[in-house]
Amino acid sequence: MWDQEIRQMASSHAIMASGVFMATVVPAVLVPGFSVYGTHLLWLYSVAGSVAVVNITLFWLLGVSPPTKKHTLTYKVSKLVRSCLYLFLSCLFFHTVVVLYGAPLLETALETFSLAVLLTSLTTLRCVCVLGPNVQAWIRVFSRHGAMSVWDTSLQMVVGCSVVGAWLGAFPIPLDWDRPWQVWPVSCSLGAVIGYLTGLVVAPTWIHWHRKHLTYKSK
Amino acid sequence: MKVRSSIFASLCLILEVLGIALFLRGFFPVPIKSSFSSKSKLSDLPAEPFTGSSPNSSKLPDPLFKRVVIMLIDALREDFVFGSNGRNDMPYTRHLVERGSTHSFVAKARAPTVTMPRIKALTTGSIPGFIDVVMNLNSPALLEDNLIWQAKAAGKRMVFYGDDTWIKLFPKHFMEYDGTTSFFVSDYTEVDNNVTRHLDSTLRRDDWDILILHFLGLDHIGHISGPHSSLIQPKLLEMDDILKKIHGSLILKEAEGTLPYLLVLCGDHGMSETGSHGGSSEHEVNTPLVLISPAFKRKAGMEKPSTVEQVDLAPTLALGLGLPISQNSVGRLIQPVAEEASLRDQLRFLHVNGHQLGCLLKDSTPAYEKEVGYEQFRVAEKSHGNWLKLMVEGNTSEVLTNMGKKVLKQYLEALRAMSAALSKQLGRYDMYSMVVGMVLVFQLLLLLLLAMPEALSSASLVDLPVSSALLSLPFYLLCLLLSSVHVLVCTSAESSCYFCSLSWGLVFGVVALSSALLCILVAMGARRLSLGSMSSGKSPARGGGGWSLSELDILLLVGTAGHTLSLAASSFVEEEHQVWYFLLNTLCLAVFQDVCRKYFRERRANAGQVGSLEDEDQDEMASPLADLGVTDMGSERWLALVTPLFTLVCCRLLRSFNQTGVQWAHLPDLGHWLNSSEHKVVLSVVTTMSLILIYFLVQRRCSWVSKIALALGLLGVFSYRAAVGNVMFPWQHGSRNLSKGTVEARFVYVFVLGILFTGSKDLLRSQVITTDARLKSRGLWEIYSGVVLLVSLLFRAHNLPVLCCCLLVQTLMAQFIWKKLHYDAAQTTIMHYWFGQAFFYFQGNSNSIATVDISVGFVGLETYVESLAVFLTALSTYAGPLLWAAHLVCYLSSENRSSVAVGHGCYCLALLRSVPMAAYVVLVTALRYHLFIWSVFSPKLMYESMHTLLTAAICLFFTTMEQSRSSSRL
Ligand SMILES: [Zn+2]
Ligand SMILES: [Zn+2]
Repeated sequence: MWDQEIRQMASSHAIMASGVFMATVVPAVLVPGFSVYGTHLLWLYSVAGSVAVVNITLFWLLGVSPPTKKHTLTYKVSKLVRSCLYLFLSCLFFHTVVVLYGAPLLETALETFSLAVLLTSLTTLRCVCVLGPNVQAWIRVFSRHGAMSVWDTSLQMVVGCSVVGAWLGAFPIPLDWDRPWQVWPVSCSLGAVIGYLTGLVVAPTWIHWHRKHLTYKSK
Repeated sequence: MKVRSSIFASLCLILEVLGIALFLRGFFPVPIKSSFSSKSKLSDLPAEPFTGSSPNSSKLPDPLFKRVVIMLIDALREDFVFGSNGRNDMPYTRHLVERGSTHSFVAKARAPTVTMPRIKALTTGSIPGFIDVVMNLNSPALLEDNLIWQAKAAGKRMVFYGDDTWIKLFPKHFMEYDGTTSFFVSDYTEVDNNVTRHLDSTLRRDDWDILILHFLGLDHIGHISGPHSSLIQPKLLEMDDILKKIHGSLILKEAEGTLPYLLVLCGDHGMSETGSHGGSSEHEVNTPLVLISPAFKRKAGMEKPSTVEQVDLAPTLALGLGLPISQNSVGRLIQPVAEEASLRDQLRFLHVNGHQLGCLLKDSTPAYEKEVGYEQFRVAEKSHGNWLKLMVEGNTSEVLTNMGKKVLKQYLEALRAMSAALSKQLGRYDMYSMVVGMVLVFQLLLLLLLAMPEALSSASLVDLPVSSALLSLPFYLLCLLLSSVHVLVCTSAESSCYFCSLSWGLVFGVVALSSALLCILVAMGARRLSLGSMSSGKSPARGGGGWSLSELDILLLVGTAGHTLSLAASSFVEEEHQVWYFLLNTLCLAVFQDVCRKYFRERRANAGQVGSLEDEDQDEMASPLADLGVTDMGSERWLALVTPLFTLVCCRLLRSFNQTGVQWAHLPDLGHWLNSSEHKVVLSVVTTMSLILIYFLVQRRCSWVSKIALALGLLGVFSYRAAVGNVMFPWQHGSRNLSKGTVEARFVYVFVLGILFTGSKDLLRSQVITTDARLKSRGLWEIYSGVVLLVSLLFRAHNLPVLCCCLLVQTLMAQFIWKKLHYDAAQTTIMHYWFGQAFFYFQGNSNSIATVDISVGFVGLETYVESLAVFLTALSTYAGPLLWAAHLVCYLSSENRSSVAVGHGCYCLALLRSVPMAAYVVLVTALRYHLFIWSVFSPKLMYESMHTLLTAAICLFFTTMEQSRSSSRL
């Protein structure tokens, strides 16, 4: 029934994952002295940027986002502005949450905000692409039994995995091993990216396995 | 036998506490202490044994050495000096060992092979236990009789350079010192340069008698790259050069006619093949001991060094310097050192040593007279007397010398036997008691787990098959089996064991308990299995699907399990507060999500009119009272939404109040800022505000009598703080003379007792006379407010905001979250437990003993009363968990809760405590040779055990609460 959609999703996820790899490999070749630990923030921006570009392009090409009723330019512009606003708000939200979790308020503000940007690009951006700038829809998708399509389910999984990855990434920080990846925010951003990649793999697989039992309410 | 789950839980916990006590007794053997707490004195020395009547001297013979230099190289392994590489690595030392006037030994250290206990062993001659650390809580200094103290008392001038552990252990003992911290393990040059830079000037001077040098570099290299690293050789060469320098300057200073010097080269412990230490492997235990002095005979070639105990150095040095041997020393004189002295002096040394060991044996073993060593000593003493008599009479024949040699041999035998008997009781883990304790703890944990479905059922009754277990054949067989195992273990064990020394009745009680538990476990397990198969046979569709877990449940389970697992890493034990803060934050976010889901989805349903989800809200919209209802619901909604966020902000704020742990403990925090003298005004204002807020938060559900008492009590708290000098009265400007605040504190105590009395009176009345649930919940609340008042007296002034936040969060969460979102008793209990743990750390505690605030034990007391001080200290340390548990009782037994809620809560609390406790007991046993066993894991074990004891008490209180409820039903 959804075979085509699943195949579509698997290939798009593969492209997204390769985007992350490219964002790691290409600067390593081009930029001298680039490394994941050493120039961590640079890597972080590169990954966030590539994820953003790949996501926007793919979802625009696939046309997953909800069909718009009006096609006027002003409506499109307002939608674009709202999207940007939401993305910025989500950066602030993640920043606040991370600070609440115990990140220093002032000393490492740049690092913390960079992490927030990465998390936004991994999670909120996908929400915007799939659901549009519509908070109601977001809340619906992240409520129990709220998914209405295959894409909704995959959105849940990818976002959940990214956030859980970042959450788990905080655990090694108190260990006294003095490793380069224990420096704030390396382990968290690594965790988030690894979680994101896991989510990309898990979502199509899970949907494929459960395709017999999956039922969605009509759109 | 059907038991209510609260009674079941308390019973399990109490038995568990017994098991833990047994485990602790095995893990921390009680140290052998001489019954005199004073230090040994020269005047206490026994007289030379003499059967004649002439007055004999009780003096020691003249000292053997004038000056002593102790060169302690941390983690110096025996084969670094005596091994095949020693010739290249330490050429000068090796030359001395082979050709010089030296004595070389392999000194065996005892586990834990960690620096601090080893320094204690080297200086006291005893084998210290962790329990000493706990006993000497209020001072890191070594209070026991020791060599350094004796040397100072005898007027010896001492100089120390090196590891600052010595300076902490012996404050004010050294004439001159320079400590180096061993905190930065990655540094292995600076630590030694800090010592070496003083060396030249010190060696040139004559104003010292004892010089102690403790080099840390080698140990640090071991930790970084192991014993085979390329860094080792240069470091050993450096040490060799230092030894050469010291030796050279000592030879230069040597003058004719004075006593010779003694240079001691030793290690505190070895280094394992991976470079760490703490365990009891050959490489960690064997350290070199090289004694260099012109008083010794020159060596002709390399001999295989004989083995001595590390503790033998202390009595040897004491006798060599003419000092009394420390009281608790279990070491014996290294006889070759005194070889060149006259036979009379040698015998005298051995006699003094033997007498001291005999005294210690007398104090530690009831049947000391039957000990082989003691008998041998008595015999040797007698023949010593005979020998002396002959000698004084002027006999100088060959026979006399031979006889003297025989006495010497007798003495040596006796010393060996006594020292062995003493050290057998010391410094070893008593594995048998530990295992018995562990088995008990685990059986109880399993019992708790197996009973979970019944205990959390709506009836809240646990069916324990006690009678069938007690009457079954396996029970008696198990009893027999375990008893025979006990007899077998106790007769074969070569070291002393606490569980074996218990009386037969007690042992049999434990055996019977353990086998009964085993039978009950098996019976319950079988029943569970059969029930499970039956229910799955009946309704296969439902099988396992009955438990649908929400995200919150998953978080609670994962968090509890994750925290338990994290205890295995020493860093996570040190930084446990981080784990709890992290979990608590996540909990608040999960609750926030729950609230959002509940309120926002509903709102969306009315606002959009699209979904047909929540009917009641639509009704509400349509009803005529809609306006009122909506605004009411609206404000409540917003409050419910804000509560978790507010809690989050609160927690973030509290986190910066007290920095705890190890890695980040040095960071500046609000507590220090408030306590500095220039911010006294701010602290006063904050204290006042907190006290007022505490009053308003607590008073709402009290009777008017307690309200007044509470207000007066809080006023008393403020005046106590003002009297002690923490805060100032607004009208007081000049500095008033400070008092101990005894009167003010007692004033508060009176009100605390008053409130507690009113509360228990209400409780009793609700239980016996009327069956008024409201009266009962008021009584409970009054008891709670009494505890709050007491805690606010005991907390430091800067911690009052923490208490205030605690109450605020409790009030808000109870009002808007737990009640409104219909969390069940189990969920609420787990959340309370998490909050309690987090507040334990918010108030500045950590898992090291150093953060226990002992000054609390003196609040309102003129003199030190041990039981009261211990009680108050425990109360203030565990104030966080205690307050949250007390709040839990109040919340669960408030009027409109179901009657089994208290039972469920009690059961969950017991389970939550048993899981980490049981896991930790196993962990600590597995890690007993870990490098950090003393510094990290043992203190945590004490904290966990204390917490379990406290939880057992709380569960008992729960049980009485529930009992009164059921009896009031009748
Ligand atoms: Zn050491
Ligand atoms: Zn070490």
